[in-house]
Amino acid sequence: MSGVFSPTRAKIEERTLRTDKWWLEPAITFGVLISFVIYATFRAFEGANYYKDHLISPFYSPCLSQACVPEATIGGWAPVSAEIFNFALSPALIILIFPLGFRMTCYYYRKAYYRSFWMSPPACAVAEPHKKYTGETRAPLILQNSHRYFFYMGLVFNVFLTYDAIISFKSVEGEWGHMSVGSLVLLASSTLLWFYSLSCHSCRHTVGGRLKHFSKHPIRYKIWSWVSVLNHSHQKFAWYSLFGVAFADIYVRQVATGAWTNFYFF
Amino acid sequence: MARKLNLRIWRGDSKNGELKDVQVDVNEGEVVLDVIHRVQATQMGDLAVRWNCKAGKCGSCSMEINGKPRLACMTQVASFDENETITVTPLRAFPVIKDLVTDVSFNYKKAMEIPAYEPPKDLAPGEARMEQVDVERSQEFRKCIECFLCQNTCHVIRDHEENKKSFAGPRFFIRIAELDMHPLDILKNRKRTAQEEHGLGMCNITKCCTEVCPEHIRITDNAIIPMKERVVDIKYDPSRMFAGLLKREKRD
Repeated sequence: MSGVFSPTRAKIEERTLRTDKWWLEPAITFGVLISFVIYATFRAFEGANYYKDHLISPFYSPCLSQACVPEATIGGWAPVSAEIFNFALSPALIILIFPLGFRMTCYYYRKAYYRSFWMSPPACAVAEPHKKYTGETRAPLILQNSHRYFFYMGLVFNVFLTYDAIISFKSVEGEWGHMSVGSLVLLASSTLLWFYSLSCHSCRHTVGGRLKHFSKHPIRYKIWSWVSVLNHSHQKFAWYSLFGVAFADIYVRQVATGAWTNFYFF
Repeated sequence: MARKLNLRIWRGDSKNGELKDVQVDVNEGEVVLDVIHRVQATQMGDLAVRWNCKAGKCGSCSMEINGKPRLACMTQVASFDENETITVTPLRAFPVIKDLVTDVSFNYKKAMEIPAYEPPKDLAPGEARMEQVDVERSQEFRKCIECFLCQNTCHVIRDHEENKKSFAGPRFFIRIAELDMHPLDILKNRKRTAQEEHGLGMCNITKCCTEVCPEHIRITDNAIIPMKERVVDIKYDPSRMFAGLLKREKRD
């Protein structure tokens, strides 16, 4: 018997005496995250319907594989073979490890999935079901310490996705100065990703959090202060950007399959 | 105007105990500590409860109210439904002494394990000077009233008694962070000992400590995560470790 049932603690049979709906938040989180994982896995393996008329799905950008639709690449640059060990890889599978790694190691998502998937704990003051606990001190969870490297890669991806959003302000014929619903969808998605990345705890640490003397580094202190404001809403940006990316992919897929027409404002 | 309140209070000691139902008068504006005192005065004269300031500043009346770690003096009875039974138990992460009183000495032992502030050798008492921006950062941590609600709710020790020997807990992570961020503190190994001796790596960022803090200290975002990032600097990030070798830390 361990934890709240340890011999010296108050003899209470219940794992928790909470009377509120403490299970609701982890249940919703589980449902939304598992839905995203299933959809993203399907899309990552689909290998099609990711490009149409200057719109590219964020799941497939940057499109670096020789299997990419030529228009989806960056100026025809496709340095990665379409096959690895005779196994045909979808272009998404080559790159998704980076945004996936960024979210998996994110300090907010850690809270979300430790609670909702691993129930460690499912909610505050609700006893967890595990007998042993070593936290993030051993493999594989010690790899959570690589978050800053995924953050750096995330910034590179944001540049590509912002480039995609800019390119979407072209007409079907390739003329600049046009705007469609797809342009707005990609612009919103990439903007939300910037907010998510710049509000990241590793970003906050990098720009100034590691300093001991703010007073000796006034510019870094100022940047740290701005990032700290964003950091307050990191959880919101984590969700908004996830929905933004998912919706952008759904939109591009629907347009690419012909199910939806990409409406041009001008 | 007084009304009747249904209350369940845990009564017992380290060997036995149970929840006892009582009905007690409650007046408008009263807090849970008020009704516990009324029960003590009218029905259970030997009920043990620890309290002091009744103003949310001494951290003595920590207990669990309807399963949530809270200060009894800051929990309005009106925040519950009128017909709801309020259940009051002692903190469930610490050994119980009697009724609502627990033995929180674990925390004092952990406090003694944290090395104190170490000023520069050439600084005489009274000579220390700091800029306001440097002071502000750690002032948030000084708001701590040591109610130990964060310690109580932290599943690392609440659900795993065996971790108590190797885990200091959120209250002491903010103390370590405060000292590590202190511009005049010269002790160099706080990051390493935070990870290797005080169990910072055991924390999995589930933020319960922040949720229950009555002083609204952003324990996870402003102390634990920054300390985890500082630990990465010296233990897990090759580029920063290399930079550390080049004495970059001196420029901080």
